[in-house]
Amino acid sequence: MILNYSQPLEISNLTSWFDQYLRSNLSEFWTLLIEFVLVGIFLLAAYAVIALILIYAERKITAFFQARLGPNRVGKWGLLQSVADMIKILLKEIIRINRSDRFLFFAAPFFMIVASMLTFGAIPFGKGLQAIDFNIGVLYVTAVSSLGIIGVLLAGWSSNNKYSMIGAMRSGAQFISYELSSGFALMTIVVLAGTMQFSQMIEGQRFCWNIFNGHISSIIAFVIYLISGHAETNRGPFDLPEAESELTAGYHTEYSGLQFGFYYLAEYLNMFIIASIATTVFLGGYLPIQIQGWDAFNGIMGYIPSYVWFFSKTGFLIFLSLWVRWSFPRLRIDQLLNLEWKYLLPINLVNLLLMVILVLTGLTLKNLFGIL
Amino acid sequence: MAQQIIFYILAIIISLFSIMAVTSKQIIRSATYLLFVLIATAGFYLLLGYNYLFAVQVAVYAGGVMVLFIFAILLTNRPGESHENELPVRRIAAGITAVAGLALSAHIIYWNIKKISQIVTISDISPAQLGHTMLGTGKYQYLLPFEVISILLLACIVGAIMIARKR
Repeated sequence: MILNYSQPLEISNLTSWFDQYLRSNLSEFWTLLIEFVLVGIFLLAAYAVIALILIYAERKITAFFQARLGPNRVGKWGLLQSVADMIKILLKEIIRINRSDRFLFFAAPFFMIVASMLTFGAIPFGKGLQAIDFNIGVLYVTAVSSLGIIGVLLAGWSSNNKYSMIGAMRSGAQFISYELSSGFALMTIVVLAGTMQFSQMIEGQRFCWNIFNGHISSIIAFVIYLISGHAETNRGPFDLPEAESELTAGYHTEYSGLQFGFYYLAEYLNMFIIASIATTVFLGGYLPIQIQGWDAFNGIMGYIPSYVWFFSKTGFLIFLSLWVRWSFPRLRIDQLLNLEWKYLLPINLVNLLLMVILVLTGLTLKNLFGIL
Repeated sequence: MAQQIIFYILAIIISLFSIMAVTSKQIIRSATYLLFVLIATAGFYLLLGYNYLFAVQVAVYAGGVMVLFIFAILLTNRPGESHENELPVRRIAAGITAVAGLALSAHIIYWNIKKISQIVTISDISPAQLGHTMLGTGKYQYLLPFEVISILLLACIVGAIMIARKR
């Protein structure tokens, strides 16, 4: 195959060497145990580090959109700003609220962070860098990400605060509505790819990404997925659950310290997760840009490691999301629900049907031009 | 070995939170405990290797039904207030009903397990296989039940709209 030349910078070389080393020295049980623990630690560390980088990037990019400088005092170009913020949030006191439901109040942030972490584990970051690869990958992602909303609802109720309650109800309505759209958009691509497994889905996009393969239908699904994913993460222009001018901070008004940090972290990571799922499903995941027949070009592109491709595609989608966030004013709740139920959902249903027709009649680009 | 340990952990979680869901005085806490029970059940499916059933359990029960429950509870009057104790006669009647229900389901489960005598381990079912089973018309394929359930759900949706619409 074309991709079988040496790729010296791939992390999978290191991990497979480590696996071989452990297997030659230890029994099966201990090898697996050590590897599971290491994978867990690496995922948690990546979760935290990606959040720090995203927070810094968001603040810098926001500053440029608003013609400011952004953080520039802590470290060179303010690089250590988010580390300082992290230390501050770790040291803050966790305030106990009187007349609130203690148990639910403390349990709620964990729902949010666990749901986001479970989804995070299913993302293929690069060649051989995927923790779990179910054959129902897409369904798994939509299923576990829906757990997060329970954390929001419980937080809103247990805070014993009207602002929190209204924020939680808004967030619930918004999340349930837009989850439908993002699910349908992903289903459209499942029809095209013929599989729900992320690894197979990526392999199928080697010479023709899904967004090009299903032309009209794919592009509609891509746009709908970006809109509904953006709405699911509660970020502007869809940030009514925490609309600061009306609700102070929505469902996390009463939270402080690390508990607030959990919500904050989960929000940023959800943005990353949406972008990376969109990358994997529509933009060929960690595969480099390859054109059938251009072997020299493909060879050069193959030398760039897969995780660099993944993070640059994801970074581009995150930049789009930030761009939207700082360019549009906040919607009203009725406009938000109208957009979903009266426009996106009907378009989505028709689009799904259109995709089925395209696949059945062989009008996809792969079939038309005979791409592998 | 590891499977046994995970099984016992999940079993303890399920039995503990089932009891707590019933005995809790606050309805929203009951709902949360019920959620833990449903998630632990999903864990059982994962342990058995039924990945599809696991995802459906999480999506439908934990992500769908429980969110509706919590919404319904939040929209009712004064959700946090603990309700007063029921009359002793009704408590006894409820206890008898619960024991009878337990006995009935235990009998059915015991009977069926004895008949099969061993759980058939199924190698991972692919989504394509599953789709053919649900939407096929041959033997052991279930198109008719699938469509009947779809019509039932459609009727439910139309009924809900009829109740909710303005006169």
